Amino acid sequence: MPTASADVPPGGPLETVEIRGHIIDSLLLPKVLDAIMARGGSFVIREIEVGEHRDDASRAVIEIRGPTPQRLAEILAEVADHGAVSLHPVDCRLVIADIEGAFPENFYATTNQRTFVRLEGDWVEVDDQEMDCGIVVDAGTRRARCVAMTSIRVGDAVVVGHGGVRVEPQQRAESRGGFEFMSSPVSTEKPKGVAIRDVARELFEVRQAGGLTLLVGGPAIVHTGSDGHLCELIRRGYVQRLFAGNALATHDIEQAFFGTSLGVHLERGDAAEAGHEHHLRAINRIRRVGSIRQAVEQGLLESGIMYECVRNGVEFTLAGSIRDDGPLPDVITDTLEAQSRMRQQVRGVSFCLMIATTLHSIATGNLLPAWVKVVCVDINPSTVIKLSDRGSFQTVGLVTDVQPFLRAVIEEIDSLEAAADGQGGR
Amino acid sequence: MSGRPRIAMCSPEFYGIEYEINPWMRRSRPADGPTAAAQWAALVGLLERAGASIERIEPVEGLPDLVFTANAAIVHRGLAIVSRFRHEQRRGETAVDAAWLRGRGFEVEELPEGMFFEGAGDGLFCGETLFAGYRQRSDAAACQWVGERLGCRVIPLELVDPVYYHLDTCFCPISPRRAIWFPAAFDSYGQTAIREAVEELVEVDAEEARRFACNAVVVGDRVITNTGCPSLHESLAARGYEPQATCLDEFTKSGGSAKCLTLRLDGEDAAAWRGP
Repeated sequence: MPTASADVPPGGPLETVEIRGHIIDSLLLPKVLDAIMARGGSFVIREIEVGEHRDDASRAVIEIRGPTPQRLAEILAEVADHGAVSLHPVDCRLVIADIEGAFPENFYATTNQRTFVRLEGDWVEVDDQEMDCGIVVDAGTRRARCVAMTSIRVGDAVVVGHGGVRVEPQQRAESRGGFEFMSSPVSTEKPKGVAIRDVARELFEVRQAGGLTLLVGGPAIVHTGSDGHLCELIRRGYVQRLFAGNALATHDIEQAFFGTSLGVHLERGDAAEAGHEHHLRAINRIRRVGSIRQAVEQGLLESGIMYECVRNGVEFTLAGSIRDDGPLPDVITDTLEAQSRMRQQVRGVSFCLMIATTLHSIATGNLLPAWVKVVCVDINPSTVIKLSDRGSFQTVGLVTDVQPFLRAVIEEIDSLEAAADGQGGR
Repeated sequence: MSGRPRIAMCSPEFYGIEYEINPWMRRSRPADGPTAAAQWAALVGLLERAGASIERIEPVEGLPDLVFTANAAIVHRGLAIVSRFRHEQRRGETAVDAAWLRGRGFEVEELPEGMFFEGAGDGLFCGETLFAGYRQRSDAAACQWVGERLGCRVIPLELVDPVYYHLDTCFCPISPRRAIWFPAAFDSYGQTAIREAVEELVEVDAEEARRFACNAVVVGDRVITNTGCPSLHESLAARGYEPQATCLDEFTKSGGSAKCLTLRLDGEDAAAWRGP
């Protein structure tokens, strides 16, 4: 009983699956066939045996065609969940990279979801899960990991096609985890109190568990006078990693040296005389001593976010951009080098708080696997929407001012700490 | 084999919310140990008064969900197919359950590699048919495998709402021809299949479903549920059952209630194979 679907080319990619068991009374067979059609595929039932008695199992062999290899893979993944399995399950196919910094044609492009590849009959979980990469397999250690295009070396064994690759999507309820407060990922109108409490709880629990919190921040943290709050979070052990650009560090250091941010006195709100030069003078001073760490160790830099990072062992990564002044000597100006450092720094991160930066938030979102909780705080809803559009679905967005947000988070942390102390004393 | 109904239970000494593997669990909303112990003991009391004999699995530190004995295995006569849990956090339970069941004389069997099935949580007999939940925890292929192994008709049912992540949270056979259910936990295929296969269905509303109305323990005419399910109790009373409520809110924090805390060893009242 062949069934055609208009958008499936007759010679399109094909896979044969088998479903057996009680597939008639349970309506599993019609469900599988409907699922194929609903995703633009077509099918031909090659064999069907219907059990004669109530206790007899039935069996169907279905040939499925998809409009494209990608769509066929989606259909196969869907019907597999209902028990229709590929008749000839295969190991993933490997092709040896022949060009430095490029995948072989038809390489498998990764998602940020947990992924497995089949090696000699075994499903092996892929390490360093990251979207938009390829998968390189080390036959010797039987390990597989995500590798960015530019990091491919001649001789790497790269997975091609979809055969032998399985993706286990993060369940929505699971990925939401502690963030049950929102049914929609971006919230502009909802009460912020609950959300802030949950962020504080997450920070607190990560610290308690000895986990790593990554903060991704933009210069607005300094412009809005929120730097003191962030310094406090760092001092109290709530931040272990910082990602930012030249601007955050520059204005933070400008503030430490001159009391201004972009030439404006944060205390008084008025422009300082020749204040527009302050950030350049700040950058220059750091360049003269070689690095932010040197400036702290020589007693030149005595306060601010960067100072606290150095003093409290927070590893920071400053990634450059084309419009940077200076930049500070610590800024990594080679984009690929910066990505690679960030990639290394996101490993082991259990919670990521993104504050007031679109560029660095999206860059970080691209690197994080789907199971790392992310909260993105921005006055502009489009930052959060952009993150989700690029596949970082696990992001919970909070549209609010940075300053009151951080202040409230610290208040919540205070009460969590107080409650924990109270319990400990009993 | 008739006699007193036999139910396996595990006291909540080491029960707690130590991880989050379903939408109910929040580490920030811990269970209160003494209250949990009292609620569990009250359930034991009701079951014993209903005539059941309770057989205890020794609790194990570090296995907080071992209390949910429904997930230990699916039992069919002398055979127990032990669970293979989807979540790593619960996988340590299997060895404990297997050893205990062997000690009780059951033939213990494991699922083939690569399959997940979470015992009576996802496998419930109504008459001669095994109803089996999949997608959230168990998988469809495993449901079919269990049906084949037990030589019975199996109806795999996709669980579409992660809140009702085990079949026993949304479907409960109370006699060989009758079951309690919450239809919205299934898609239209599942709803149709259930309506075709079960003679009489007692529907639970959304509010009572969230109070775990479907997570009921049946011993003869007694149907024991969490508190907060008055409409269901009314429907059951009208059909000649004796519904009983006991508060199990410390356990619903983990996504489990009365039924989850029990494993019937001699066949559920609703299972045709149990015999007279």
